Amino acid sequence: MVVNKLGVAMDILMSAGLRIAGFYNYWVVISLMMTGFYIVISHGNLIKKIIGLSIFQTSVFIFYISMANVEGGSAPILNSEIVQYSNPLPHVLILTAIVVAIATTALALALVVRIKEAFGSVEEEEIQALVEKNKDAKAC
Amino acid sequence: MLSHLPVLQVIVPLMAAPLCLLIAKPKWVWLLAITASGLTFVLSCLLLQQVVAAGPLTYELGGWEAPWGIEYRIDYLNAFLLLIISAISTVVLFAAHTAIEKEIPSKRQTFFYVLYLLSLVGMLGIVSTGDAFNLFVFLEISSLSSYGLIALGKDRRALWAAYQYLIMGTIGATFILIGIGLMYQMTGTLNMEDLSMRLPEVAQTRSVFTAFAFIIVGVCLKLALFPLHLWLPNAYAYAPSIVTAYFSATATKVAIYVLIRFTFSVFGLSFSFTALPLQMIFLVLGLSGIFMASIAAIYQQNVKHIFAYSSIAHIGYMIIGYSISTVAGLTATLLHVFNHALMKSALFLALAAVIYRTGAVYLYQFQGLSQKMPLTMAAIVLAGLSLIGAPLTVGFVSKWYLLIALIERGWWPVAVLILLGNLLTVVYVWRVIEMAYFRPPLRQQPVDHSKQEAPYSLLLPVWILVAANIYFGIDTRLSIQVAELAAQSLFGVRQ
Repeated sequence: MVVNKLGVAMDILMSAGLRIAGFYNYWVVISLMMTGFYIVISHGNLIKKIIGLSIFQTSVFIFYISMANVEGGSAPILNSEIVQYSNPLPHVLILTAIVVAIATTALALALVVRIKEAFGSVEEEEIQALVEKNKDAKAC
Repeated sequence: MLSHLPVLQVIVPLMAAPLCLLIAKPKWVWLLAITASGLTFVLSCLLLQQVVAAGPLTYELGGWEAPWGIEYRIDYLNAFLLLIISAISTVVLFAAHTAIEKEIPSKRQTFFYVLYLLSLVGMLGIVSTGDAFNLFVFLEISSLSSYGLIALGKDRRALWAAYQYLIMGTIGATFILIGIGLMYQMTGTLNMEDLSMRLPEVAQTRSVFTAFAFIIVGVCLKLALFPLHLWLPNAYAYAPSIVTAYFSATATKVAIYVLIRFTFSVFGLSFSFTALPLQMIFLVLGLSGIFMASIAAIYQQNVKHIFAYSSIAHIGYMIIGYSISTVAGLTATLLHVFNHALMKSALFLALAAVIYRTGAVYLYQFQGLSQKMPLTMAAIVLAGLSLIGAPLTVGFVSKWYLLIALIERGWWPVAVLILLGNLLTVVYVWRVIEMAYFRPPLRQQPVDHSKQEAPYSLLLPVWILVAANIYFGIDTRLSIQVAELAAQSLFGVRQ
């Protein structure tokens, strides 16, 4: 009786585990997305913010690539032996998005270089303090 | 030639931008930029005429048929927005050559025009494309160039504002990308029309809800809807003043377009307003935006900050019109998109003239400015009246339509609150006018009346915009007719 119950519990656990494992890619996507987003929000260092932003964007790339997967599908190379292909369109889309993300990162880093030159710091708090001081000094 | 109109819109400035880099002489680059922008204005007029005469136009890029290839689709709404963007961009460019003389070092001026044209490409592209992913790409083109434009500001705080905008803007755009990905996953298509046909079959799935939520939040970030507006005031205040005049009239308007396009055309009216309590959310956010931003505007010392906060408040008006979700409400929103573009570009361009002549951006520096720059200050007064919504100006027309739409819907309390919020507008506009007209000039500046007025190359565009403020406040045929047609076609009343 007890053994039977244990068996049922094991079965449930196994199927839940399989269901989670089946969505393995998406779990990675979500955890990367949240990690990146958290870094952007919580860190005061401008470079770290950019790193967080990149992780956040990368998670979206993985998401697009995961959804292109067709079970048993092969790479989209034309060959008479292959009958099932993965969907190549999301791959192409995400190439564009990767280019955009690189451009964003490059621009952000360039801005940080100029911010460092102008403010002498890459810490959000210090820059914010300088900005506020500037504002008060000139306004009256 | 005529059949290629929808795509020429985007191609002309896209080709002109690298050409600018090759020419590299600010004067010639300026002329080229004006030509390109003027050409898109002519094209958008032709497009509007065609759309009104013969209904929506479609264009298949590279000859690939619609659901597979990228389709450009121009209907009333698109044509209306295209007209606003290209017209404002052209008028602002006329003033650009003089206005950036003192704000941007001459070796960077070429880059200014390149970025300007690229952001124009992005905005026109967002509006003309009928493909969801293509929209994202254009969104990023316009965003990336706008971060660059803002960073061109003379003040070092411009860099900080650009960085903050970059972070917020990229998060917003990535949210939209996630939404588009989820939609593609569920339907296997990216074409907006195709999406609108396939989405209802899967409308009750969690993926579609998630896609919808991501897209709404992403667009609202771009829209600077209260409370996601934090990037806007500094970006507008520290950007070169010509850039502010350009963005205040176009950037947020394009985001409004994206919001309308996704909720009305792609997800469909019945889904959009039942999946989330969108009406209630937007009504509350719009109203709090009007009040919080107007109150914040009253306490600002930097005149550009005042009007930047005012922009956030006016986005509130547009969102309220949208949240009514009737034809009249949407008409009011579209009308306000058009009218707000006119008043804000006039105001910021006049401020650009003031900054060009005196360098004044703080309120106390405006003391007695009406004696030195009577024509410029008169323009600010008229544009300010339009902002308040005085009769015979465009501001009156759109607020009137908004009130009527609210009353038709039976939302009396909201109408009253909007009128109250409008009183706050009077306060902050009055602060500027009081300083300029009822205070003696600052003593340390030399009193030389003859040379103080802004040069004609700045005054002329300012007064063109002010005249448009008054003209479209009296003769409302064009704006109201097209806004109504667009609203009706979005609600499916008219095909």
